[in-house]
Amino acid sequence: MSGSAGSVTKSPSPRLWHMRRAEVAVVAGLLAALAGVGAALLSSALTGAAVAVAVALGGLVALWFVRNRFRAWTYQERDEDLLVSRGVLIRRLSVVPYGRMQFVDVTAGPVERAYRLATLKLHTAAAASDARIPGLERDEAARLRDRLAALGEAKAAGL
Amino acid sequence: MSDEPLAGETWHRLHPLSPVVRSGRGLLAVLALVAFSASQGLGSGGSHVYEIAVPVAAAVAAVVNWLVTRWRLDGPTLRIETGLLRRDSRQLPVARIQAVDVARPFLARALGLAELRVRLAGSSHADGRLAYLPEQAALELRARLLAAHHGLDPATPEPAERVLVTVPNGRLVGSVVLSSASLVILLMIAEVVVALEVPQALAASGGTLAVWLIALGPLVWRRLASQYGFTVAESPDGIRIRRGLLSTVAETIPGRRVQAVRMVEPLLWRPLGWCRLEIDVAGSPGRDRADGSRRMRMTLLPVGGQDVGRQLMRTVLGASEPALRRPPRRARGKAPLSYHFLASGHDAATAMAVTGRLRRFTTWLPLEKTQSVRLVEGPVQRRLGLATVHVDAAGRDVRAEFRDRPGDEARRLVDELAMLSRSARQRVPETGVRTGHEHGISPAAGQQPAERVSPPD
Repeated sequence: MSGSAGSVTKSPSPRLWHMRRAEVAVVAGLLAALAGVGAALLSSALTGAAVAVAVALGGLVALWFVRNRFRAWTYQERDEDLLVSRGVLIRRLSVVPYGRMQFVDVTAGPVERAYRLATLKLHTAAAASDARIPGLERDEAARLRDRLAALGEAKAAGL
Repeated sequence: MSDEPLAGETWHRLHPLSPVVRSGRGLLAVLALVAFSASQGLGSGGSHVYEIAVPVAAAVAAVVNWLVTRWRLDGPTLRIETGLLRRDSRQLPVARIQAVDVARPFLARALGLAELRVRLAGSSHADGRLAYLPEQAALELRARLLAAHHGLDPATPEPAERVLVTVPNGRLVGSVVLSSASLVILLMIAEVVVALEVPQALAASGGTLAVWLIALGPLVWRRLASQYGFTVAESPDGIRIRRGLLSTVAETIPGRRVQAVRMVEPLLWRPLGWCRLEIDVAGSPGRDRADGSRRMRMTLLPVGGQDVGRQLMRTVLGASEPALRRPPRRARGKAPLSYHFLASGHDAATAMAVTGRLRRFTTWLPLEKTQSVRLVEGPVQRRLGLATVHVDAAGRDVRAEFRDRPGDEARRLVDELAMLSRSARQRVPETGVRTGHEHGISPAAGQQPAERVSPPD
């Protein structure tokens, strides 16, 4: 392991989990209500309730999956490169040397903004190298962005 | 224009015959059309006016284009200005050149003209094209551009080149025939199946087969015409490829611009021990987003023996071949169709990987070009204790895949490859000068990140 000094494994903010949880809850709730009302209108109220419960259970499964996904996401700033690992079913680990960064994107959608979060994405000249960290607290995103930019500047290399 | 020296700060025009060549093919087509309709005696006066107006307009446009186009070599930049209403002024930093081509389409060749194309990283919109220059002037300008690219005085004469490989045309024909043979055989099988199942449909499907065979003709012709007389030469300013039957092209790729070399062995070529060699030259996220990045893939050897291919790879990359390791036997269940080819290995300078099902792909990637190292572990792989390590170079799908390595080895590989890439990068002498694009987070930097540093060469 290179650059283990001072490289702590970090995770996205716990607020990302809150955000994902809210997203899944809203979507599953809406779907359950719609499916339940639809089934109730087509047949009996009992069927409607059963369908709604089934969809809600599906939402719980999705919640479990999203939770695992959130937990699997970690990143590590090493001396020479950024290490991002993610994925539950398909596990991925990306190592991107600072010198290879072309640019850093920090984006925040409306939902992310409501939770004061941002997504950071590192671009290299290779299309395949995807180093993306979602759900960073704003300060952390800004700090990481500035640090990456400075390091990229210091260690830049040609194509 | 050809008498003027190319040096200096003066603007140059393209060759006066350029409009003729540029509109030549369209003009001929329209003339043929006019002659045809005239011979039919169908056209009334009015329609003839239209038929003549079109080529005249095209010719006028070509002449105007010639009038408003000018270029000059301004120290480290080639500047091209064109456009009448929308002025397009293009500055091509010599340091960022990925390749220089001298193309001679048939008509231009007959008139002793040539087109110079300067390719940069990123989309083809960024290319600089000078069509057409006198042949000698084009060659001279190429030499100046490449000399400047390597940081030499532009007046340095073009260095002598050493021919590495010449592809015999007979072998080229054989390879093209074999390539299309697999398609023909497939069609034949389909035909036989149809004939056995539905004898009545034979006539109809036979007709279809004939159409397919005829359609194959232009394809075969195009490959033959573009790769006829294929020669690869090495000179201090780069690898030079010459090819073409009626239209000829000479491409020059400065050394160290090669991101990866790939050897392809199609099924029907394998008994003959033939292979094709391709190289990837940087296509980097230009104006487009990172995922829209383009690659430039060039054929380095359309057909040749394995030993020739490997020799060529060693010359281009200046690398030796690392020892290969096979994935463990348990990977057979996960990759039954490609297991027989899978192998990978690396040394301090190069990563090498073999993949493929029917065709065998062998990729060599110089570690100094590594953009990122990735480990991917799918559900089946995890159960078998396997993982795949990707070494990415600039562009889309330019990578060496260490498929199905044992899990702990793969994890070690990621760190080792990242470390070796770093030291390989540091070994390469960096004489680069920043081109002024501040890299970082600002949107402006994001739009023009083609390259922050001139080539490490």
